[in-house]
Amino acid sequence: MGLENVIAEALPEVLTTRLDSLINWARKSSLWPATFGLACCAIEMMNATTSRNDLARFGAEVFRASPRQADVMIVSGRVSRKMAPVLRRIYDQMPEPKWVISMGACATSGGVFDNYAIVQGVDKIVPVDVYIPGCPPRPEMLIHAVMMLQDKVMKESVRDRRDIPEEEAREAVVPGTLPVTDGSTARQNTLPESRPYTIASRHERRRSS
Amino acid sequence: MQEQPSVSETTPSPLVTALQHEHPEWIGEVIYAFGETTIIVPREHLVAACSFLKTWPEGHFNFLADICGADRGVEEEPRFEVNYHLFSTTKYHRVRLKVLLNEEDTHVPSVTGVWKTANWHERETFDMFGVIFDGHPDLRRILLPDDWQGHALRKDFPLRGYEPYSLK
Repeated sequence: MGLENVIAEALPEVLTTRLDSLINWARKSSLWPATFGLACCAIEMMNATTSRNDLARFGAEVFRASPRQADVMIVSGRVSRKMAPVLRRIYDQMPEPKWVISMGACATSGGVFDNYAIVQGVDKIVPVDVYIPGCPPRPEMLIHAVMMLQDKVMKESVRDRRDIPEEEAREAVVPGTLPVTDGSTARQNTLPESRPYTIASRHERRRSS
Repeated sequence: MQEQPSVSETTPSPLVTALQHEHPEWIGEVIYAFGETTIIVPREHLVAACSFLKTWPEGHFNFLADICGADRGVEEEPRFEVNYHLFSTTKYHRVRLKVLLNEEDTHVPSVTGVWKTANWHERETFDMFGVIFDGHPDLRRILLPDDWQGHALRKDFPLRGYEPYSLK
């Protein structure tokens, strides 16, 4: 009926498609999670890649030790306040496009740990794409979350995510450069104006606007 | 492992008797409970008592098992206590030293010169209770983030913490 029919008749060996579909299909078919186990949920995350559950069937079994090679962060477990800047830094080190799965009750909401030491939901630090309930979730639930994420990836457009590294570099406050107490006295610290480890990433800013 | 010498709850252990004979000014009070001996030591004698107990042939407490703080409650006086759990790996006996502190003056001399392992234990006690160990080589927070406000295990610390860490 349209142009693609004309092409299909004239050049039968040529397949036409939308660029978004092609790129998203490539992206969703090889999601590489970052190796980032935080607590007991990490045991279930490891189990998801074993022969019994076999996350490789959905193309997401290559857990990379470097965030530079990963595009999915599976936050598997409770995030302590002290771990929060580290988690954010790993997230910032991952190249776009990147996605986050919040695995389990603790990562999603703090779980039973409603206290000073645990971040009440990892979405206060990084933007989360898929939440998994459970304590801990079974490996099947993680696989289901990966499949949901794949569906989500297919709905995106390449135009949505575009790196502007200079802009981010200008705004970024490097985590770990917080004021350090000298410890000789229990002096009160002057608090920074804003949360220092929350650097809005490119697509986070887009979502909030 | 050898059996620990049984300690009656009423009669003082020979160790405490010998110590009382040598340095009576170090011993504020002796508590026997559950077969354990606790000596309340005045703060100014703590380092002398610790280094003596370490090298004393009858005691030979060469192992500092733990240092822990305790908050007895906001209205209590003295409010804080610091407990030193000593163990001897040659004689297989234990003793607990206790230092009592008022809320206004939470300074304790450091025992890092006696046992090196006291370094991190004292940092943790400082981190959680705000007890300041005078003479500690590196008294920084060890568990909580560096820019934390307050001391988390004090009884008047709110469970969810202060801003901005409460992130509510």
